[in-house]
Amino acid sequence: MNADEFSDASGDDRLDASAKRLLDAWRTPTRWRYWSAVNNSEVGLWYVVASFTFFLFGGILALLMRIQLAIPDNDFLTADQYNQIFTMHGSVMMFLFAVPILEAISILLLPEMLGARDLPFPRLSAYGFWCFVIGGVFVCGSIFFGVAPEGGWFMYPPMTTEYQTGVGVDIWLLGLSFIEVASIAAAVELIVGVLKCRPPGMQLNLIPLYAWYILVVAVMILFAFPPLIAGDLLMELQRSLDWPFFDASRGGDPMLWQHLFWIFGHPEVYIVFLPSIALIAMIVPTFARTPMVGYGWIVLAAVGTGFLSFGLWVHHMFTTGLPAISIGIFSAASQAVAIPTGIQLFCFIATLLIGRVTKSVCLLFTLGGLATFIIGGLTGVMVAVAPFDYQAHDTYFIVGHLHYVLIGGTIFPIVAGVYYYYPAVTGKQLSERLGRYAFWSMLIGFNVSFFPMHLSGLLGMPRRVYTYPAELEVMTLNLISTVGAFVLAIGFVIFLFDVLRSKKNQPLAPRNVWNAGTLEWLAEVPDKPWGVRSIPIVTSRYPLWDQEGFVEDVDAGHFYLPDAEEGLRETLVTSVVDAEPIQCLRVPGPTFLTHFAAIFTGGVFILSTYHWYSAAAISGLFAFITILTWLWTGTAWIPEKQDKDVGRGVTLPIYVSGSKAVGWWAMFITMLGDMTAFISLVFGYFFYWTTHDDFPPDGSTGPGWIWPAVALLMIAIGYVATLAARKWNRQNHAAGFYAAIVCGVVCSLGGAAAVLYGPFTHHMDPTAHVYPAIVWVLTGWTALHVVLGVVMHVYCAARRAAGRMTARCDADIVNVTLYWHFLLLTTAITCLVIAGFPMVAR
Amino acid sequence: MTETSERSGVYSGVNGNDHGSAIWWIVAAPSVWAAHFLASYLTAAIFCAKFADSDRSAGEVQMAVMAYTVLAMVILAGVGWVGYRRHQSGHDGGPHDGDTRADQRRLVGLSTFLLSCLSAVATVFTALVLYFVGTCH
Ligand code: HEM
Ligand SMILES: [Cu+2]
Repeated sequence: MNADEFSDASGDDRLDASAKRLLDAWRTPTRWRYWSAVNNSEVGLWYVVASFTFFLFGGILALLMRIQLAIPDNDFLTADQYNQIFTMHGSVMMFLFAVPILEAISILLLPEMLGARDLPFPRLSAYGFWCFVIGGVFVCGSIFFGVAPEGGWFMYPPMTTEYQTGVGVDIWLLGLSFIEVASIAAAVELIVGVLKCRPPGMQLNLIPLYAWYILVVAVMILFAFPPLIAGDLLMELQRSLDWPFFDASRGGDPMLWQHLFWIFGHPEVYIVFLPSIALIAMIVPTFARTPMVGYGWIVLAAVGTGFLSFGLWVHHMFTTGLPAISIGIFSAASQAVAIPTGIQLFCFIATLLIGRVTKSVCLLFTLGGLATFIIGGLTGVMVAVAPFDYQAHDTYFIVGHLHYVLIGGTIFPIVAGVYYYYPAVTGKQLSERLGRYAFWSMLIGFNVSFFPMHLSGLLGMPRRVYTYPAELEVMTLNLISTVGAFVLAIGFVIFLFDVLRSKKNQPLAPRNVWNAGTLEWLAEVPDKPWGVRSIPIVTSRYPLWDQEGFVEDVDAGHFYLPDAEEGLRETLVTSVVDAEPIQCLRVPGPTFLTHFAAIFTGGVFILSTYHWYSAAAISGLFAFITILTWLWTGTAWIPEKQDKDVGRGVTLPIYVSGSKAVGWWAMFITMLGDMTAFISLVFGYFFYWTTHDDFPPDGSTGPGWIWPAVALLMIAIGYVATLAARKWNRQNHAAGFYAAIVCGVVCSLGGAAAVLYGPFTHHMDPTAHVYPAIVWVLTGWTALHVVLGVVMHVYCAARRAAGRMTARCDADIVNVTLYWHFLLLTTAITCLVIAGFPMVAR
Repeated sequence: MTETSERSGVYSGVNGNDHGSAIWWIVAAPSVWAAHFLASYLTAAIFCAKFADSDRSAGEVQMAVMAYTVLAMVILAGVGWVGYRRHQSGHDGGPHDGDTRADQRRLVGLSTFLLSCLSAVATVFTALVLYFVGTCH
């Protein structure tokens, strides 16, 4: 889809005045300015294309591996190259394809499914997207210079701390951390989107299943990625500053990495799998021509899987000599998670059985995916049984199992989703005939490729080795696998050809081609950039099926916000549970600020990889300034009037603050993720205590209790000052407000200094032992957050001085106060742990 | 304020009384499982690392986990009961896909109830492991 398709005025003259104003407000920029778009339909589309590009890259790496493994003692690749390639294959597939594609599809489609004009923070999505592109290109690029990481996608130390001195591991750690931050940004966006941007009337029992799944998945991202980021931070500190977190000779422990990695890593499997299931949950009712059976059960399955999947991390560590009890506990959770997974599969099958199924390629891919996934699930239950895992661990059996789950559970449903949603996005249909060829080629190729891997694994072929001797007798199996991989690849080529081929001469697809029941099918053909003509009232799960005259009413502008009198982009915000309209939210339009912010943020990570720290710091400064500019100019605008008539006699406020506002939710959710990272670091502290007989070690001079106590006191004063500032601002007591801010700034900075002064004055040397190192990490983390809190103080003062924050329009200080609640908690935990624990442990 | 009963679609515009607690009921039961799980794991890990005797038996852990389990099951039963009651309230047997508040309440009740069953099963799984595996080896 290109820019002109939107801007071309075909049919514009038939529109009435209000529709024209609406169209103007939402018009996509043209020519080179096209790239400044932030609307979900553009950013979402770019995101999808970029993720698929990375998928192709990962796929090509996979083919290279298969060529190398086709015959024994092959020398197509060297050991070194092979190591880089399988590491990159795993990392690209997991971090640059599987997670981003789900966010991409959701950014593209979620607002449409909710009948919203856009997500609440379009610029945040755009920023996340550009970060993703920059980081992804950087990480992938490393392989062309032969400096890619070699540790496997889980980067176990000490392999990655001591034996790899090149920049490869740094590229992995920093490049992927950067992308993870972008993923979290998207998660925040999606959570707030589902909770606050539903159409009026869409209460909890009417939410489309896709949105339920995405809500669960986004929350999982929020709790799963931060531990990994904490781990990345520790490993990068070890690599660049020699702080011995994973170095056993100085009290560190490589096992900590494994814990942090797998607390992320297992939920990750479900993070990539559930959104694909979510697509299936949209496709199945449409082709069965009947509502989904067991809605409540599917909600149960989504929420239940989300929780249970966090109880599985240790099953990847069965062979590391943990206590039998711990292993048992995790084995149990691994079995339990099969229950909700089974339940949702039953619901899908039941729906297909009771419905009148219409055949289509889309359904073929859905069924093929489900079947493949079930086989993978069965071998998964096998490896979750600890004794079996001792046998299969690190063999090709695992590679076989994992691809059945990942390709069956994610790739096939995503391809089904592309077939399904292609007409909604582009207005043209994909070919059913080519689709069938693609499907059979993929399904057959996939099984031919991956089924033999189970056998070669059982025959003893280890994974992650670049070749194998002819005596192992797995040559035929490997040759079959390689042939299968190419058949699979041909299937993808057919699919891609169909997606990309020019469809100029093909007629437009009819509106709602599949005769589906959910809101995203309101999209006109060709689509208009406004999302929906008017934001509907929803009284059913399948409004297009059940609500009479629905499409006509929407198109005639009979519902909410059919106009843009002020020429601004607006969408409705509703309450979390009952979805009652509470705000008319103005969302920002196109900008290049997000690009600059992404480039400078990327600079921090990329330059640090090469240890160019001063350049990185400058880049960081620019990122900081850009982001402040963005916040200053683009958020919490004071509207020209308080309320606005949104249609149907409803008048809503334009500006709200506190827990009704989307910004408040974004802050709250972000801080949950931030706390999770912090708790992971605290976990590290106690982890060292459990694995060492002497922790804190004898003779270590701790940070003492005086300075931590002083720090806690001063930061608590800073907190109280923040509360006072919020209150006095609301009472329009300017002097009090500024005084409170000054007091807050001074005391907090003092507190930050005090928390660092504790370890400093006791000469704790972070390179000597892990104990001082972890204390420094906790104090440093806290101090950094305090400084950020102070920046927020200053920002609020400046906002008020500039008249951009008033007694009534006080979202800035309200959100900053929310940040400070979390900050106080962080400080209290840090001080109690570093000062209090050494006293009880002695 | 806007307790729109049957057939909604009428909004006063000024409101905000949300049935805010509804969503927390859904996550209540799995949270109990999570707490039980974490407590069991941490007790076992810390005990085995710090306090196990020479024969590495973990009798104390078994006792502790038994206690956690009883507590967790009581809470889960409570949550499940609330969910069940809500699900049944004014039950008409149909799927809860209407737009009334009562439908929403029944659906949330159903999910709460089902989730407490699932959490109970998962909790029992954890407890059984402790029952059968009594050592730190
Ligand atoms: C398109 C066809 C694919 C082929 C032919 C393929 C092939 C392979 C092979 C041969 C390995 C084993 C490397 C080794 O242990 O020596 C591997 C590992 C892996 N693959 Fe794939 N793969 C494909 C698609 C995918 C997809 C779609 C994903 C994820 C969404 C994925 C994720 C992984 C992961 C995580 C590993 C483990 C890497 C490691 O050991 O660090 N693969 N793949
Ligand atoms: Cu796992």
